Amino acid sequence: MMDALIPSRRVTITDSSDIVRARGAARSLATDIGFGLADQTRLATAVSELARNVVQYAGSGSCEIIDASVADEMRIRIVVEDSGPGIPDIDLAMQDGYSTGGSLGAGLPGTRRLMESFAIESAPGQTRVTIGLARQRHHQERR
Amino acid sequence: MKIPILQLGRILLVSIQVDLTDTDAMQFQNDLVNKIAATEALGVAIDITALDVVDSFMARLISDTASMARLLGAEVVICGIQPYVAMTLVEMGRDLIGADCAFNLEQALKILNGLIALRGDSTLNSGDDDGRSYPF
Repeated sequence: MMDALIPSRRVTITDSSDIVRARGAARSLATDIGFGLADQTRLATAVSELARNVVQYAGSGSCEIIDASVADEMRIRIVVEDSGPGIPDIDLAMQDGYSTGGSLGAGLPGTRRLMESFAIESAPGQTRVTIGLARQRHHQERR
Repeated sequence: MKIPILQLGRILLVSIQVDLTDTDAMQFQNDLVNKIAATEALGVAIDITALDVVDSFMARLISDTASMARLLGAEVVICGIQPYVAMTLVEMGRDLIGADCAFNLEQALKILNGLIALRGDSTLNSGDDDGRSYPF
């Protein structure tokens, strides 16, 4: 049984190469916690979407990846924050196909579908998206 | 980071082997479209076996690149999409990749050759036309 939580990782996001670093960090922490390949891919993809939003709409921000596991459940929580202009209409931003940035408008709604928990708080100067996944821990540990 | 584009007759082969930044990906799109035009390639196979994340941006870039190639006159087949990437793309919703896909490079080349042969038949016979172009 693992007791110690894996230390959180924080990635500063300022340009498009940080998107790659953020999703790499998310995959690596998810792997260390014991998430399978499918969840690693979901998490890395979700972080990629959120980090890109930071670069595109806010310019800079951060991504913190947290091991929030409990005894028999692996849990990961990821907080992506920026101090950009904020999302004026969150309901609209969560709609498929809606984008103010010329993209597909698939990022936020897609990310919500990939994750178990998904929350956005946004005001001018402060946007925070928190996502998470939880899975029962199997007794045979993954490598 | 430059993605090598290999030419084999009138087919271009691309294998994306590294995790691309958005800038790299856009550079790749630009390079590939220009190379297709310069070589008048009839087919392009893009192998993305090594990509373990394809987010909505990358999916759109791949789809757009395929559309651009078709506008120039080349057929495109994407190959090697990882199973977990496929699951994630479908879970995210909508048809994020709008291009023909194949398991591997070998199958991609077979499909390309088939598509080109199919198209070649219809275009070869249109030499005596009246100057108008026909879509089919």
